[in-house]
Amino acid sequence: MEQIIASVALPVGEALQIKKNRISGGSGSKRLCVVTGTHGDELEGQYVCWKLTRMLHDNLDSLNGTVEIYPALNPLGINTIVRGMPLCDLDMNRMFPGSMDGSMPEYVTALITQDLLGADVCIDIHASNIFLREIPQVRISEEMAHDLLPLAHMLNMDFIWLHSAATVLQSTLAHTLNTSGVRTLVVEMGVGMRITQDYGDRLVDGILSLMHSLGMWTKAVAPVAPPIISSDGSVAFINANTCGVFLPCAEHTQRVRKGELLGTIVDPLSGDIKEEILSPRAGLLFTLRAYPVVYAGSLIARILGGNL
Amino acid sequence: MIKKTLFHIDTLYRQPISVEGYCFGKGDPSACVVGSMRGNEIQQLYTASQIIRTLSQLEGLNLIKHGKSIMVVPCVNQFSINVKKRFWATDNTDINRMFPGYDLGETTQRIADSLFQQIQDYQYGFHLASFYLPGDFLPHIRMMDTGYQDEALASCFDMPYVILRKPQPFDTTTLNYNWQVFGTDAFSVYTKETDEIDVESARSAVHTIIDFLCRRDILNAPVKEHEPAVLIHEEALQTVHAPCGGMFIQRCTMGAMMQKGDLMAEILDPFTGGISALIKAPEAGRLFFAHKAQLISEHDIAFRLIPEERA
Repeated sequence: MEQIIASVALPVGEALQIKKNRISGGSGSKRLCVVTGTHGDELEGQYVCWKLTRMLHDNLDSLNGTVEIYPALNPLGINTIVRGMPLCDLDMNRMFPGSMDGSMPEYVTALITQDLLGADVCIDIHASNIFLREIPQVRISEEMAHDLLPLAHMLNMDFIWLHSAATVLQSTLAHTLNTSGVRTLVVEMGVGMRITQDYGDRLVDGILSLMHSLGMWTKAVAPVAPPIISSDGSVAFINANTCGVFLPCAEHTQRVRKGELLGTIVDPLSGDIKEEILSPRAGLLFTLRAYPVVYAGSLIARILGGNL
Repeated sequence: MIKKTLFHIDTLYRQPISVEGYCFGKGDPSACVVGSMRGNEIQQLYTASQIIRTLSQLEGLNLIKHGKSIMVVPCVNQFSINVKKRFWATDNTDINRMFPGYDLGETTQRIADSLFQQIQDYQYGFHLASFYLPGDFLPHIRMMDTGYQDEALASCFDMPYVILRKPQPFDTTTLNYNWQVFGTDAFSVYTKETDEIDVESARSAVHTIIDFLCRRDILNAPVKEHEPAVLIHEEALQTVHAPCGGMFIQRCTMGAMMQKGDLMAEILDPFTGGISALIKAPEAGRLFFAHKAQLISEHDIAFRLIPEERA
């Protein structure tokens, strides 16, 4: 059943509406929410919402509880191919929990928060932005690891990243919900403005596996592969030190050796190679630059080291 | 005046961006002014340029106190100003959400770090700031309620109001917040405009900062007595929301004292021109903020009022 959870009139003959699809089955009382589209340039979650909705509708007799699917928390962003909220140019995922007394974007954010409260589990799906390609992963702050790790294992993702808490992350949807009793898992996968169906298929299998473990899905589920679990200390960040055009020579998702050439930053005008990007450690190349133009500081890659 | 290159950023197919500091006097790092950090902050750039002009004149008259130094950084982001982008033109990130910065991080984290390394030791810091919503303000000063702020300094400002803001999580990465927690007495200075130059309110900001520097023994110029600024906690401001969307026709003037029930704006149906809603003052108070765009959405903040007892 499609429901409108927030509606505000825009200036000229249109309302901004945030919608969800509420699908219930059986007598179970558990409620799982799947949200995406917070950033208008991240589309990987669109495929997951579509596929999960069809799967649930086609197998309603296997559902024991309620699944709510929110495909577009920022519909104006998705429509205009803009990461933030077009009317204020703010990142919606730095505005939670929102404010009923704040500006229109803060008010809409508060309505979203209100609607999600009370859920047992929430899965917050992000792609990367247009600049980076990510392997399927779950990101969890260290302080929530105890509650979330067992759930994250089910999601059929390659990697669980336990990261340290930053104050600014307190304004994210995940932090807001996790501190309000809704166990929330952040999934990152793929690249901005594109859909990687293989990753989406894996996540749908993972969501069904998680539902199965919660007693919300009675049908047999595909086995999930155990993920790599790692903390910040095992992740090496590689940033550009000059501007130019990045030409990768390593493959995303591949294991690389310490000192291996990952790519070059070149100057098309002079023909020069301005920088060679070498891997600082052996490990898994789990993040790789997808957008070629770089400046000093642009993130080129992340390598996961340690015992994989 | 000494012009000092604080750092520069190499670009692809554009000239390197130099971030310059204009330095006055010699001695302790006493006061620093940072102008435009966003690409639409034209008023902030103009105001900073007028401060540089004024300080040049004062320095020529030998009015900077011995052992004190002042630096003004008029612009950190001409990379975006010159192409009319509000945020960093390649990745749309906001430099004023990256402090204190990180020298090994992303581009705008590195810019924030490069700037902060050069300005963090000053005793007083002024950021010529802009608001995230389109609108006009009464010129005012903002301080962050970090626990480190010195509220007594509010009385040194020749502006009617100093607003004290309780920081939200996203405020913790602004220049003002980080200046404060790293030991600088930090103030954000808001004038009436952002995208356009408003000479009068820029002049008011220049006067306020120069006057403050005189009162704090950094400049030697004579000052006139003025009423101390009223310190107002931001949450005490009365917010008035738009009850519907439409065309926004303001019917009150900035700074006016409103009585309960006074007409503040009309919202017109954009197709028929009929009045969809009247916005009236919910309580008596002075008009402090007004939505500026000609179109308005439901629940947008149309106005903010300073309550009568504080106005």
